[in-house]
Formats: sequence, structure tokens, C-alpha cells
Amino acid sequence: MNLDIWMRENPLSYIWIGSYAVAFLIFAIEIAMVVHKRKVTLQQVRLMREAEESEEG
Amino acid sequence: MNKLSLFSLLILVVRRDLVLAMRRRADVLTTLIFFVMVVSLFPLGVGPEMDMLRKMAPGVLWVAALLASMLSLGRLFSADYLDGTLEQMLLAPQSLSVLVLGKMASHWMVSGLPLVLMTPVLGLQFDMSIEAIAVLILGLLLGTPILSMVGAIGAALTLGLRGGGVLLSLLVLPLCIPVLIFGTGAVEAVTSGLSVSSHLSLMGALLVLALAFTPWVTAQALRISME
Amino acid sequence: MAINWFKYSAPTTFYGLAGKLIPWFAISAAVLCMVGLYIGFVVAPADAQQGEFYRIIFIHVPSSILSMFLYLIMAAYAAMGLIFNTRLSSMMASAIAPTGALFAFISLWTGALWGKPMWGAWWVWDARLTSELILLFLYLGFISLHASIDDPRRADRAAALLAIVGSVNVPIIYFSVQWWNTLHQGSTIKFTGTSMHIAMQQAMFTMLVACWLYAITVTLMRVRSIILERERHTKWITELAEVKA
Repeated sequence: MNLDIWMRENPLSYIWIGSYAVAFLIFAIEIAMVVHKRKVTLQQVRLMREAEESEEG
Repeated sequence: MNKLSLFSLLILVVRRDLVLAMRRRADVLTTLIFFVMVVSLFPLGVGPEMDMLRKMAPGVLWVAALLASMLSLGRLFSADYLDGTLEQMLLAPQSLSVLVLGKMASHWMVSGLPLVLMTPVLGLQFDMSIEAIAVLILGLLLGTPILSMVGAIGAALTLGLRGGGVLLSLLVLPLCIPVLIFGTGAVEAVTSGLSVSSHLSLMGALLVLALAFTPWVTAQALRISME
Repeated sequence: MAINWFKYSAPTTFYGLAGKLIPWFAISAAVLCMVGLYIGFVVAPADAQQGEFYRIIFIHVPSSILSMFLYLIMAAYAAMGLIFNTRLSSMMASAIAPTGALFAFISLWTGALWGKPMWGAWWVWDARLTSELILLFLYLGFISLHASIDDPRRADRAAALLAIVGSVNVPIIYFSVQWWNTLHQGSTIKFTGTSMHIAMQQAMFTMLVACWLYAITVTLMRVRSIILERERHTKWITELAEVKA
């Protein structure tokens, strides 16, 4: 199979693309998700705060 | 009214659940039919070659038993939850753990035991030897109560939730893997002529552990779900 | 100066502390990761038997270790929340769960990629890989249960009980999978070098610390969002700079 041959001839590329790139991609996605969650939560809290303020005022 | 001893309380709960189950016999039968159907699907899926089926048999039967138990676990507490009996049980002065143990016992009698009784027939379908079937039955006798008990924890945690049955299976199946491994391991040991005592005694140890801890843990789970 | 640790067990103060710590953990994680990978790929020599392929361990082993320890830490926080009724403990447990699950996934993925050159197959039912898969299921169960319950109190406490039951089960599951694996004479992914070259050890240790620091960073970030969400009705949240902006 082509993949097997390529793998044996380019072990470092195989490791870098297959393992490390995937791992870093996952880390990047995780960080992006956490940042996004923070943004969304802050928005919600602001909306809630404005709603309360307009009620009092 | 004289104070009930813990044992007579247990008997009371078991009798009540059995009577209720008998009134809804369909529930009991559907679990059994599911078990038989799943087991019969495998030869249809992998082909009728007897050698392969004989090798697969313990695994297939055990996995099917696991799945069938998962199906019936949803009903363990839901009926009592819906009509308010469960709330009364939580408020009762008697030990909740004992009540829970009673429910687990009746669940096993209604779901687990019929599976065990059905196994010889299915084992013959897979051309299992008599010794293999015997060890399979023994393993299931020890293992299906464990499934009922560990599953009860899941049933208590997922009480009244939308995700219901599937979520329960997701939570409980990983915890049941040791039972699966020892049960199938025992059958394979006997077919290879090795001793089954280690597998079965490990299973027995799990059963004792489950008996000691799961009723109390399930009671706590019920309290959490019912607050 | 005596640090009053209990001061930080309240969401209000912990929020601020976490915010200050995150940049430090993040930067040290990134730096150590680069150092570790440098040692692992440039300094450490190729293995006698496995050639270059062994270099996967610098991400595989740390992620395995982390996935297991994070589960126990998550369960410990959850147990504290259950027993002492501290809100922040339960929030920490929920914050750790996704990170732990992702590390378990990375461990499985890199384990499979290591298996391919070793055994010619993308998946082998190695005892450790199989246990790792079950651990992933336990994480997913925790996250699913928490997500399925609307009431946050009940969600925290139910998931905590599940995590505790899972922790008790992990040794039993691990033992039975080992047993199963030896029965079937399954393959074992082991580092077959006689003794690890010092640079390999250094690289692995550095990456392990880097992964820990990363895990702490992401968990602290996540728990701040969880605190914001759960405490949104309180006054101190509405007074926060980032909310007023």
C-alpha cells in the first residue's frame, strides 16, 4: 500500500503530520473553544445586566 | 403496626415488584425476545461457519445479555418515580439501601434470570459444548446480578432525564466491562481445558463487592436525583 | 506572609487569581513544549529497533499520563463538591473534564499511529490502549450526564457520584483488561529499547511538564467562563471590568 511505503521512507514526516500536527490542532481547537465560550458568556452577562438596568431605570 | 425487620422489608419490596412485573408481563418478555434476537443476528451477520460461531459464542451471548439488561434498567425506578412511590420510599424511616436492594433483586429475577434460563438453547445454536454452556450459565448467574446492581446506580442517576435509556447505557457499560471479561474468559478457559476457578472466583469477588456497596451508592444517587 | 488559602475557595476571589495566573502558565507551557520537542527531535538519537518512529512517545506518553491523572483530580474535586457543598470544587471538576477527554483522545490517536509502524495495523487491542479507550468513555459519560441535567446542583452532584464510582472502577477495569490481554496473548506496545537514552528521558519529562502546564492553563480559562455563567446573577459579576465594557 502506498501509505506503508511512504511511511517507511519518511518516518519523521509521518510522525509530525500524523501525531504532532493532530495533537497541536486539537490543542488549538480546545483553546479556540474556551475563548469562544468566554466571549459568549460575557455577552450573555452584559445583556442580562443591561436588561436589569433598564428595568430599574 | 409492628416494626418490620430488614429482611422482611426486603421480601416485601421484592414481592411487590414481582407482582407488578407479572401484571405487565410484556415488559419481561420483550427483554427476553430482544436477547434472543440480538444473539440470532450475529450468525446472520458473520456467516454460518460453525467453528467461528463456536469461538464467538461466549462473547456474543455476554454482550447480548449486557445490552438486554441495559434496556430493562430504565424501568427500575421510573414507574415508582412517576406515581410517587419512590418519594415515599425516600421519606420512609426504613433503610433506603435495603429497599433499593429489594428492587435490584426483583429486577434481576425479572430480567437477568430469564436470560440465564434461555442460554442453554442459544448455546446449542452456536454448537457450544456442554461444559462451555455450563460455565457460561454459572458466569451469567454470578454476573447478571452485578449488571442489575451497577446498572441501578445508572438508573438512579438518570432518573427522569430526557436522554434516558441511551445515556444510562453510556454510563453503565464501561463499568460492566470487567464482568464481561471474566465471564467470557471463563468459557474460553474451559474450552481450552484450563481451570475456570480464577475467572469465576474473581467474578464472585465482584459480586460480593457489588452487594456491599451498590445499594448504598444507589440510595445516595436517588437522593441526589430526587431533591 | 501567611496565605489564606480558604480565601481562594470562593468563586469571587478565585476568578481574579486564575486570571492573573493564566498568562504565566501559558507562556511556560509553550516554552517548555518547544524545549522538549527540540531535545526530543534534535538531541535524542534514533532508536536501535524503532528508528525514528519512537519519537511519537514525546506526545503519547504525556497525554496518557495526563488523561489518567486528570480523571482522578476531576473526581477528587467532584467529591469535594459533593461532600463539602463547595460550588467552586464542582466547577473545577466540570472545567477539567473536556481537557482530560481530549488528552485521552490524543493518547489513543498517537498510540494508534505508533502501532501502525510497529504492528502494521491502525488499532491493536493492547491492554493500555484498551484501558485508555474505556477511560475516554468514562470522561464522555461524566460530560454527558452533567449536560443532560438542567438543574446545576443536581447535575454537579450526580456527575460527582458517577466520577467517584468511575474512579473506584478504574483499577478494577485496568486489572481485568490486563488479564484479558494476557489471556489472548495480545500485543503490547512497549518501549523496546534496553535503557532509554538520557536525552529521550529529558525530552519526555519536559513534554510531560509542558502538557501539565497546558492543562492547567486551559482549565483555569474554562473555569473562569463557568464562574461567569453560574454566578451571573451576583453583584460582583456585574461590577467586573470586562462586563461593564
